Amino acid sequence: MSEAAMRPARVALVGNPNTGKTALFNALTGSRQKVANYAGVTVERKEGSLVTPGGRTLSILDLPGTYSLRARSPDEAVTRDAVLGRLAGEAEPDVVVAVADATNLRLVLRLILELKAVGRPMVLALNMYDIAQRQGLRIDLAGLERELGCPIVTTVATRKRGILELTAKVDDLIASGALSTANVWREPSAGEIRDAHREAQRILKAHVRPPEHPDTMTGRIDAVLLHPVAGLAILFALLFLMFQAVFTWAAPLMDGIDASFAWLGTVVGQGLPDGLIKDFIADGVIAGVGSVLVFLPQILILFFFIILLEDFGYMARAAFLMDKIMGGAGLHGRAFIPLLSSFACAIPGIMAARVIDQKRDRLTTILVAPLMTCSARIPVYTLIISAFIPNATVGPGLSLQGLVMFGLYSAGIVSALLVSFVIRKVFWRGAVEPFLMELPTYKLPSFENVFRNLLLRAQIFLSRAGRIILPLMVLVWILSTFPGPPPGATDPAIDYSLAGMIGHAIQPLFAPIGFNWQMVVALIPGFAAREVAVAALGTVYAVGDAEANVGALGARLAQHWSLATGLSFLAWYVFAPQCAATLGVVKRETNSWMWTGVMFAYMTTLAYLASFAVYHTAVALGAG
Amino acid sequence: MHQLLAEAMAAPAPGLTRLSQAKPGDRGVIADVRADHTAGHGVDVHELERRLLESGFVEGATFEVLHQGLFGADPIAVRVDDMRVALRRRDAEDVWVQLESK
Ligand SMILES: Nc1nc2c(ncn2[C@@H]2O[C@H](COP(=O)(O)OP(=O)(O)OP(=O)(O)O)[C@@H](O)[C@H]2O)c(=O)[nH]1
Repeated sequence: MSEAAMRPARVALVGNPNTGKTALFNALTGSRQKVANYAGVTVERKEGSLVTPGGRTLSILDLPGTYSLRARSPDEAVTRDAVLGRLAGEAEPDVVVAVADATNLRLVLRLILELKAVGRPMVLALNMYDIAQRQGLRIDLAGLERELGCPIVTTVATRKRGILELTAKVDDLIASGALSTANVWREPSAGEIRDAHREAQRILKAHVRPPEHPDTMTGRIDAVLLHPVAGLAILFALLFLMFQAVFTWAAPLMDGIDASFAWLGTVVGQGLPDGLIKDFIADGVIAGVGSVLVFLPQILILFFFIILLEDFGYMARAAFLMDKIMGGAGLHGRAFIPLLSSFACAIPGIMAARVIDQKRDRLTTILVAPLMTCSARIPVYTLIISAFIPNATVGPGLSLQGLVMFGLYSAGIVSALLVSFVIRKVFWRGAVEPFLMELPTYKLPSFENVFRNLLLRAQIFLSRAGRIILPLMVLVWILSTFPGPPPGATDPAIDYSLAGMIGHAIQPLFAPIGFNWQMVVALIPGFAAREVAVAALGTVYAVGDAEANVGALGARLAQHWSLATGLSFLAWYVFAPQCAATLGVVKRETNSWMWTGVMFAYMTTLAYLASFAVYHTAVALGAG
Repeated sequence: MHQLLAEAMAAPAPGLTRLSQAKPGDRGVIADVRADHTAGHGVDVHELERRLLESGFVEGATFEVLHQGLFGADPIAVRVDDMRVALRRRDAEDVWVQLESK
């Protein structure tokens, strides 16, 4: 074969959501995958490569699922632009592989008609063919090929069946010199959608015989899971299980990570001469990496549940069940998943908001996600509660401390709902976007897929968080280290540093909410990651290793702070945008400094008002 | 009675009802999808019409209301031909259906 005939080619996977594109992509490319972002937008770009039986290298692009090239969300816009070759920095695909769920052809046929108008050479992969066969669905493949004018391959992506045939067909198509025809696609009007649908209907009727044993399982499962009362009860039981898992299963792993980084810091510290370099490596870099990694177990457990439920087909049901409750506050039912993730950490939560296809609903979700109590707040809450709230019981099995913790979580949820309500009224003038969502058929999740996706999530979290949090940790370390204390100084070194100076300078601003300057100084490193404030308080109150010694620090705080101040600090932490990494992610996801600013401003205002109210109420009640 | 009358007059053809009025178990054929809604959607009415069409709510499709939410009986889950779609009742107002008599 000539050199030219074997040139590498680019293949794009296009299809409706839930047709098994990702499974097919995994089956095609195995572990040869790269995840990045498209230039200028924050949609994930998944690319992989493979070598066909004929020896050609194919690079495969997995595009976000869509029902139409008429894009409605940023994800779908990427699919449209990639197919049309309009994406900056991307060459147009040589071949489009349309991925269809063989048991649900109606809507995908319309997408295929649109793809035909674009005119690129195309192969149709009829995926989930195992289910189609089990149902006794008869598809006249030869007839359909003739009708659509493109080769068809049947595949079972989860069992890697039909993969070789698919790559061979793609290879043949390229080798045969199939060329793109003129692109005549344009955004269809309502009338054209009707026509396309009619055409799809005709094709379906001519070449597909309805299944002999249609799926009845989905209907039976839905009778329980979508039952108005039982369905909600099951959803809440699932949530409860998830939270248990996130907080109890993850604890030993997190302690392990914490301990190993502390150990690493000590070992490295011992190996280095005292001085700035040692401080930088041990306290700046190693502690910084540790503070990011420590959230990985929680995030992985959370995503394990989310991916499992998503693959099973349950997440759309959860969105259905929660839509009315969330909708009352002006949120989309789908906002449920991102907000849930935000209990572990707002960063994956905000990234998960991409599943919402309406721009405004997505923005609202992003703006309120940081109000959910993320796990970085827990160390701070634990410290202050143990220092100021008596360890009393207020009822059978109810401790006062636990009750306060519960109150703090509730405050986050309630305020998120209130804020989204206000956002809708103020920014969107009350407009509510449509809520239309396919409820996919239930499927047994495939272990390999779940595992691979989990790996991918971990990778994405680490690289994003690493790129944002690490530099910030270093910056904060610099702020709290330079300039060093004068010789013979007795106060903690941080007092003399830039952070100390800033703390002293802005303390008057915080005086009305009862903060002393030590607290303000601790807030500055706390801006890199919330829980760092605990260590910083340890530093300013000169309690050695504060994180390992919460009891001692708590006792010290109880001496120095009034109850009113302690409560005010808690209130601050419920609302304050105390996390630079979250702001960074919001900027990336919204692509707008304006919205990042709106978030920062509203959260700071809320925090200040809440702390002010709490402080003065407590003082009035004699707790000052 | 008045409301029924108003409904009947607004209906594009006698005997049709809005999908937003249907109850679980109701089934029939979609008769007319049209953008006659005035305000309150985040998108203009023609956009809503296109989205409904793209989700399978097309004239001639058979449907059955399968489930509804606990609060305000909203949203609803509808079988359209051979797929299932969830939507809010307010978005279902533009879909006129011919109910099958039970
Ligand atoms: N039985 C069977 N199940 C499959 C097949 N292909 C995919 N699945 C399952 O279908 C579900 C959806 O697959 P995904 O690969 O996540 O679908 P997708 O098209 O990437 O979905 P989006 O990312 O939402 O667009 C998963 O539970 C898969 O395990 C198949 O050929 N047969």
